[in-house]
Amino acid sequence: MDNVGLIGAVSIITAGLTIAVGSIGPALGEARAASQALQAIAQQPDEANTITRTLFVSLAMIESTAIYCFVVAMILIFANPFWDAVSKAG
Amino acid sequence: MQISPDQWIIVQWGPVTLNASIVFTWFTMALLTVGSWLITRRITDSHEMSHWQNLLEVIVTGTQDQIRDVTGQDPKHYIPLIGTLFLFIAVSNLLAIVPGFRPPTGSLSTTTALALCVLIAVPVFGIAKSGVLGYLRKYIRPTPLMLPFNIIGEISRTIALAIRLYGNIMSGTVIVAILISVAPFFFPVVMQLLGLLTGLIQAYIFAMLAIVYISSATADNHNIIPSHETGAT
Repeated sequence: MDNVGLIGAVSIITAGLTIAVGSIGPALGEARAASQALQAIAQQPDEANTITRTLFVSLAMIESTAIYCFVVAMILIFANPFWDAVSKAG
Repeated sequence: MQISPDQWIIVQWGPVTLNASIVFTWFTMALLTVGSWLITRRITDSHEMSHWQNLLEVIVTGTQDQIRDVTGQDPKHYIPLIGTLFLFIAVSNLLAIVPGFRPPTGSLSTTTALALCVLIAVPVFGIAKSGVLGYLRKYIRPTPLMLPFNIIGEISRTIALAIRLYGNIMSGTVIVAILISVAPFFFPVVMQLLGLLTGLIQAYIFAMLAIVYISSATADNHNIIPSHETGAT
């Protein structure tokens, strides 16, 4: 297999692995945060506004790790820097 | 495939290139400015107001309430920055359903610029509140050993702010583009609807995080949490 094929295969496999592994952690974390927030709202419905706002902000924080993985996967597939290096050299 | 509107060059005069990010950023700003000018031209304080004035009042009072809830301070100083950030991001994300419009927030350069605004606004508000020494003292709290970590935290949260908005909006565009080639018509529409929801939530979150960062720099150290919430005297 020449260099271009090798880079393509490794990039695609790595992109799949990145998004697969990188979404497990945030999924577990978001599920835990949401279930705790639901429990808190059920116990104290008066504080629902504060809890919802804090939940949104913390969900965004947790989700950003998954977004980083997604960005890396997208870069590997659509904007891979090694493609340019190989295509210039060859 | 173009994953960023930066790569879509509309006009090129020699060395000067005008890409889609710049054009659509100015389009969004013009829409906001002309829209608010048209609405506030015939503003009234009677009960008989136009629908559009009612909409603007809901947005302004809602933003004020959110800022007051988070900071516990007068929202007067913060609403120009936070309201502008929220309105610009929300409008440019919502315009994504207009055919031919690429949201400028789907470009890393736009979101980095917005995040840099927040990075600069935090010390500006902090120094205006507690003076230069009082603000710098927050970096060596609780101990001077924490100084490098506080600085790293300041930088990394700015990068996170930029990448979060960029990743969310860019993923919406890319997923729609991929689905159009796989399953035309129905599924792209569903993902566009989901994109509207994420776009609005991301605008809210960006403004919220900005105000959280600013309020952490301006809060008095003695009552970060108001005493009536903790129940302590």
